[in-house]
Amino acid sequence: MSALLEIRDLATHFASATGTVKAVDGVSFDVNAGEIVGLVGESGSGKTITGFSILGLIDAPGRIVAGSIKLEGRELVGLSQGELRKLRGKRIAMVFQDPSTALNPVLSIGEQMRMALAAHESVSRAAADERARDLLARVGIPEPAKRLDAYPHQLSGGMRQRVAIAIALLNRPSLIVCDEPTTALDVSIQAQILAEMRDLARDFGTALIWISHDLATVSALASRLIVMYAGRIVEDGPIGAILRSPRHPYTRGLLDSLPSMAAPGQELRQIPGSMPSLANLPPGCAFAPRCTHADAACNAAPPERRDGERGWRCHHPLIAVPA
Amino acid sequence: MTALIETRDVAKRFREAPSLGERIARLVGAGSDERTVHAVDGISLSVAKGEVLGLVGESGCGKSTLGRMIAGILPPSEGTALIDGVPAMGGGTRPVKTTTRVQMVFQDPFASLDPRMRIGDIIAEGPVANGLIKPGEAAADAARWLATVGLDPSAAQRYPHQFSGGQRQRIAIARALAMRPDALICDEPVASLDVSIQAQIVNLFLKLRRELGLTMIFISHDLSLVRHVSDRVAIMYLGRIVEIGDSRGIFASPRHPYTRALLDSAPALRLGDEDATGFKPIRGELPSPMDPPPGCHFHARCQHADAKCCIEAPVLTGGVACHHPLKEAPQ
Amino acid sequence: MSEVSPLARFWAEFRANRIAVVALAVVVVIVLLAVLAPLYAPQNPYDLANLMLMDARRPPGYVGSKGFTHWLGTDAQGRDLLSAILYGLRVSLQVGLAAGAVAFALGASLGALAAFMGGKIEILIMRIVDLQLSFPAILLALVLVALLGQGQWQLIAALVTAQYAYFARTAHGAATAERAKDYVAAALSTPLSSARVVFRHILPNCLPPLIVVATVQVANSIALEATLSFLGLGLPVTEPSLGMLIANGFQVLLSGRYWISIYPGVALIVLIVAINLVGDQVRDQLNPRLRR
Repeated sequence: MSALLEIRDLATHFASATGTVKAVDGVSFDVNAGEIVGLVGESGSGKTITGFSILGLIDAPGRIVAGSIKLEGRELVGLSQGELRKLRGKRIAMVFQDPSTALNPVLSIGEQMRMALAAHESVSRAAADERARDLLARVGIPEPAKRLDAYPHQLSGGMRQRVAIAIALLNRPSLIVCDEPTTALDVSIQAQILAEMRDLARDFGTALIWISHDLATVSALASRLIVMYAGRIVEDGPIGAILRSPRHPYTRGLLDSLPSMAAPGQELRQIPGSMPSLANLPPGCAFAPRCTHADAACNAAPPERRDGERGWRCHHPLIAVPA
Repeated sequence: MTALIETRDVAKRFREAPSLGERIARLVGAGSDERTVHAVDGISLSVAKGEVLGLVGESGCGKSTLGRMIAGILPPSEGTALIDGVPAMGGGTRPVKTTTRVQMVFQDPFASLDPRMRIGDIIAEGPVANGLIKPGEAAADAARWLATVGLDPSAAQRYPHQFSGGQRQRIAIARALAMRPDALICDEPVASLDVSIQAQIVNLFLKLRRELGLTMIFISHDLSLVRHVSDRVAIMYLGRIVEIGDSRGIFASPRHPYTRALLDSAPALRLGDEDATGFKPIRGELPSPMDPPPGCHFHARCQHADAKCCIEAPVLTGGVACHHPLKEAPQ
Repeated sequence: MSEVSPLARFWAEFRANRIAVVALAVVVVIVLLAVLAPLYAPQNPYDLANLMLMDARRPPGYVGSKGFTHWLGTDAQGRDLLSAILYGLRVSLQVGLAAGAVAFALGASLGALAAFMGGKIEILIMRIVDLQLSFPAILLALVLVALLGQGQWQLIAALVTAQYAYFARTAHGAATAERAKDYVAAALSTPLSSARVVFRHILPNCLPPLIVVATVQVANSIALEATLSFLGLGLPVTEPSLGMLIANGFQVLLSGRYWISIYPGVALIVLIVAINLVGDQVRDQLNPRLRR
């Protein structure tokens, strides 16, 4: 069985006054149908740019300079904007961090949903409204018939994000890229949306790429985890296995720095330093300057190692060696 | 133990400024009622010297407004916020802050540093203006506080835009410390930082508390963070404290249903492969603080609510404001 | 990464617009010519003893009784027009810059103060400003000159009164936005005095839009001064500014003696257009909304 989405050696660079910013540099991964994949990293890790690249949303000065993105066997890199538009919303959709910018403030919810439907198939207004209502109910919006006439500003942030999710689901895409969809929401609303997304993805058979900086949120949802640092994947594999025994020192550091991993009041184990500038990456492993395990070998780029479902890029992986 | 920070029935109401048309309409008796937001609705609490109080709640609960009243930035509509028995702000029609003993650290270090000032001036301006140090000592003082927060003293010559988020937050902390405060109000001080940087700043707070004996109010929506840094925790919901008490006790066995629900709805790191996801969402929307439900504000979302909860607001007694508090879990 | 100072970056961007660079060069040249006029101008046009009535109203290129060529001709009093224009530019620039600077300081302070204080003080200041903006500036200036009398200081006072409102409104808008930022809250929680918060923190951060208004307003006050002088309400006749020179030639404009009005007019237009072109570019660079 071939994967739903196959990304190989994707490189997305941005031209800037201070040099080429290698936001994504040699990223490869697969997403299977119906699978939820967590894409985790800090700001500047390239996680969001990876998501935007999949949807063909990279604008100048950015450009996909190399690699291939295949959705259901069809190459997306190099498609015209027109062809991409036909695909977006139909086979692949995106949910953004800030729902208020993703929705058009001067159109009612119903109108936006009808337009999203009409872009890909011809349906009668009644049928479109019917589908919109069903979906709004499905994403947990009370009184969906009434909400069709509402405008985005009349809804709370959580409700707006639900509407954005409903629009993403309208044409039953096979893949939805979710870019920090719950970061801007309150804890209790975030939990509601997480639970609904999980059920929706299962019921619709939609695969999700869940982009987030928050390991706990991702672990509540995803079955597979990809950790990015400075534009590259440093570790990937089944989420439980990675969280129990990370192989890459960066993953370990991220986990250890969570307050829940230390006794109250105790010093957290912090990663020293900060993310290097993407325009001026050190040669070899980008994490080496912050890594306690780094040595001379780390001046060369670490090759990808695989062991079953797990993969990592490190010269000194944290593997317990049987005595 | 003596209380360093004390609030007595502080309340803050924000009135929506009426438009000209509405004011005229009101003059002739045709206008609608003024819309008032009860951001903070009569809160009394005290924080002992050297203690860290965590202030938790969702957006609109008034935690930041309460913090700003204690820090002396916002005058309360009612009640007073006292620092060591002295009001944080003077009286009169235009109240100004009168004490230097409480300082504040803000959420977004990109907004809280004046972009046109050098770091050294940002840190030393307050102490010089308030006569804590002489102008000639400014450079040495700035260098000292930069070192305290783990930055190189050469940073004093540079401007905020030349620093990363984590470094800027350190500068903001240095600015607060330079005023030699007894108390620090920290409003979501790590919320806008990356995970690995958050840990650095949390550790800095722990170190400062240890070394300087600071009293702190730590405002955050992040339960695991508050649990980590606080001795006591207060949970707020729509302008009121619903539960307050020893951090360990509250996280082990919360007594207010909202606290319980909040704890349950935060996803925990799932280390096993088990299918249970380890979080339970609270039902319902967060009500608007413009128009809070009568009685207990939480009743519409609460499983234990009955008729009494819809009418009568519960009073905070024994650390919990609830008509039907949950039983403490047997130890 | 090399450290580029904000000013150097600003200049690099400014340089990309050729028209603005040429305009800036024109402004600089005019300012230098005017400032240095006493050193090289063929004649001191204010020294009545120097003026020969027999040289009056001569066309450009006429060689006068003093033995030098009047390249731009002479006016009704026998003034060398080139010298008169150079001295007139001096007066215009002096008045324009002085009025602009005072209006800037006054208006920006009032606007920022109103935004910071809020409440009744804000309403009072801003209503006066709005009221004033609803009158044409020239009308206000005319009334004031009529009340205060003629003279350089009276003129500057009239121009300031007519123009501070533009600065006040701009400063008020910018300061209202800055007031809400956390660095102001931080300054208040230190605590710092209100005056220090307004003048050390809020106002410096309002400078970009104010600088844009300032370039436009300097050009405007030069034009306004010329208008007042043209109407005979500006500076005394003994110290003619550009406006008065234009007025002097106005009566004889259609009788073939075009040069007395046209050349000062050209100088005035070139100066004002050049300042406005520079101002346009500065505005484009300082306004984040217009950026690509």
